[in-house]
Amino acid sequence: MLKSKNGMKDGLLNSVKAGPPALLELSSKITALVVDDNTLNQTIHHRLLDNLGIQNQVVGNGKEAVDVHCSGKNFDLILMDMDMPVMNGIEATRKLRTMGIRSLIAGVSARSTEKEKQEFIEAGLDDYQEKPLTTTKLASILHKVKKDG
Amino acid sequence: MDGVVQLQKQLVDYTASLFHEGFLDEQFNQLQQLQDESNPDFVVEVVSLFFEDSERLLNELGKTLEQKTVDFKKVDAHVHQLKGSSSSIGAQRVQKLCIAFRNCCEELNTEGCLKCLQQVKHEYSLVKNKLETLFKLEQQTIAAGGSIPTL
Repeated sequence: MLKSKNGMKDGLLNSVKAGPPALLELSSKITALVVDDNTLNQTIHHRLLDNLGIQNQVVGNGKEAVDVHCSGKNFDLILMDMDMPVMNGIEATRKLRTMGIRSLIAGVSARSTEKEKQEFIEAGLDDYQEKPLTTTKLASILHKVKKDG
Repeated sequence: MDGVVQLQKQLVDYTASLFHEGFLDEQFNQLQQLQDESNPDFVVEVVSLFFEDSERLLNELGKTLEQKTVDFKKVDAHVHQLKGSSSSIGAQRVQKLCIAFRNCCEELNTEGCLKCLQQVKHEYSLVKNKLETLFKLEQQTIAAGGSIPTL
């Protein structure tokens, strides 16, 4: 019934699979942390990662991201939103790097100024993608995790 | 069989019109791609979340702007949320109005903000209507034995 949709999804997964070894196989061993204050984005990013078999956790701001690391947890990939209350993505990235966290941190931000983007990158990002996140953008981030992993 | 074909054509045409008229953008397609047999209602669920979230935010915005002293930081925070949500589901027109809304916040312009709120409320109810119609069409198509064609 949903043949046409499956065809699309297979195409997408094939593009994700491009590059040895099959990204999909590797991605099932990757863990991720979604840091975003917007509940809708949390749902979508969580689903995007679930779809690729990536175990993931969701937190609502930079401070929660730091706290979860303080509790001893570690992730291969952190999807970090920029604009968040309590502690924003720039501060959180800086703090995590200072703590010695080596995870791949991908900044995911709505269109911001070049200056803000630079500041975010300089805080310690490994990658930067503009929101909204899509499967293709996530695939390009995952290729980086695979390379450095 | 003809009935199903007709319904599917209606669905395709209606969906295309929503993109053509700027109600939805590519991000909506991205959401549809996340839907599959293991998550057959993903789009409806996400869009329902968007409806709940937006209505709550629009309510809050109304209250905040009614205050004697308007807390523009609060207004901006709400609009930022709404901009993020509308962008994530592809509600392009709502998102664009949120950008203008934030400019009024920066200028501490209460009247401008109130006007923006009216406009956002209007666009939101339009897109809500359109999406509800879209989902109804999809349900009818599936009930008639058809599949939801992707654009």
